[in-house]
Amino acid sequence: MKILVPVKRVIDYNVKVRVKADGSGVDLANVKMSMNPFDEIAVEEAIRLKEKGVATEVVVVSIGVKQAQETLRTALAMGADRAILVEAADDVHTDIEPLAVAKILAKIVGEEQPQLVIAGKQAIDNDMNATGQMLSALLGWSQATFASELSVEGDAATVTREVDGGLQTIKVRLPAIVTVDLRLNEPRYASLPNIMKAKKKPLDVKTAADLGVDVAPRLTVVKTAEPAARAAGEMVGSVDELVAKLKEKGLV
Amino acid sequence: MAVLLLAEVTGGELQLDATAKAMTAAAKLGEVTVLCAGASAAAAGEAAATLAGASKVLVAEDASLGHRLAEDTAQLIASLAESYDHILAPATTDAKNILPRVAALLDVMVISDVSAVIDADTFERPVYAGNAVQTVKSGDAKKVATIRTTGFEAAGTQAACAVETVAVPGATGLSDWVEDRLAASDRPDLTSAKIVVSGGRGLGSEESFAIIGALADKLGAAVGASRAAVDSGYAPNDWQVGQTGKVVAPELYIACGISGAIQHLAGMKDSKVIVAINKDEEAPIFQIADYGLVADLFEAVPALTEKL
Repeated sequence: MKILVPVKRVIDYNVKVRVKADGSGVDLANVKMSMNPFDEIAVEEAIRLKEKGVATEVVVVSIGVKQAQETLRTALAMGADRAILVEAADDVHTDIEPLAVAKILAKIVGEEQPQLVIAGKQAIDNDMNATGQMLSALLGWSQATFASELSVEGDAATVTREVDGGLQTIKVRLPAIVTVDLRLNEPRYASLPNIMKAKKKPLDVKTAADLGVDVAPRLTVVKTAEPAARAAGEMVGSVDELVAKLKEKGLV
Repeated sequence: MAVLLLAEVTGGELQLDATAKAMTAAAKLGEVTVLCAGASAAAAGEAAATLAGASKVLVAEDASLGHRLAEDTAQLIASLAESYDHILAPATTDAKNILPRVAALLDVMVISDVSAVIDADTFERPVYAGNAVQTVKSGDAKKVATIRTTGFEAAGTQAACAVETVAVPGATGLSDWVEDRLAASDRPDLTSAKIVVSGGRGLGSEESFAIIGALADKLGAAVGASRAAVDSGYAPNDWQVGQTGKVVAPELYIACGISGAIQHLAGMKDSKVIVAINKDEEAPIFQIADYGLVADLFEAVPALTEKL
């Protein structure tokens, strides 16, 4: 069974986000970029399925600027077998919308014929939480989002999902799209020898135009602003003072 | 403009708080038809009919909609879409599962986690874990959006509007429900509670979370946790407040032993009043707290429980 894992190059999880003064977006020039953390979990899960003998090949794909090659090399160093880069933008500030990404992925799925696509539940930049669901709709496949447990038996996968109020377990018929949540696994670090090996693994480059997908955005970003700041509060000296303040405000 | 609002229905029951808040956003856009879908949804439909702003309620009942699996529910909504300009739902895990699928079936972009409605095409939504707010204008013919409920007051009540039954397309058979393991609790739901008491890594163990529970029970509050506490195994994931967990905006939020990582603040900074108790006076949580107390939480929290 072949598994396809889409990965996105995003601002590093630990970098402080700065909104550009002119309101045109978030400053990404000369900022550390990394693989979207949810996508790392997806790559890890695919590799574990290969190590268990369930999967035979793990193909990673990234859509965006040419620098996303670095993200793909990271996935190859973790243990993916092969990578595909779909160039769809020149400027690092251009975010390809989930609908266009899903259309590109649908084309790649058509070429690669995986039985399972494992994706992150959302990217930490646009926070849309949509690509997996959209890809599933376009392909007419089953979907299991927000996975915290995944097992594959025969032509079905059993997935435990993180939902409001607890957990839900569903069984999806393959081929399927699974999007992953934080608790599914802890991604490995790539070892130095594996980083060296990854440089020799195959990485194909295509363009969105090659695949015949229009990536023009449907949503125009009118402006990007800092969130409203909260007014500074006050420090209280004791539990008694805190209780008095809360009672005064009628909160308790 | 005609708006279709997918009501939050769980086990045949209308989840009033989430639906009523999304209704407020929907009512800004036009005439609202509420869709209640489930294996049984008639009672939810009757309840939704009394929600101020509802002009009609559609009830879709079929075994395939019982656990609101995305494939069948999305197919139902897409079958109704022709009559509407906007398709909305509160941004619950159910709706986040379903609506992007609906949007793709209609070849439009989904607009996730809308925090403000500017006009029929223009919406605000948080990005980068709440570190920025983006205003986006949709060029699509139909708008499909999930509503971040903390951004809106709950709609009131009205005399019941008409309730109709709609036909359900045949089941897709793509997925089967196996089981739900929902946390049983006498405490209020985290996202709709008036008061939330949250614990962080400062608690140090799962056992210590009992002092958070005791304070919450005294106040009739829900219990929350930071991601650090969840990742350390002190609290279950469905207690997690933050960008990757639940987004809450109660009247009172009491953060105990929480340093205030950006990802946690994104989930609670819209609370009306924030109280922070932390022994580290440099903790970033104090910068957004209305009342800060520098203290050992193992002394302060039980004392607070006793004195309230």
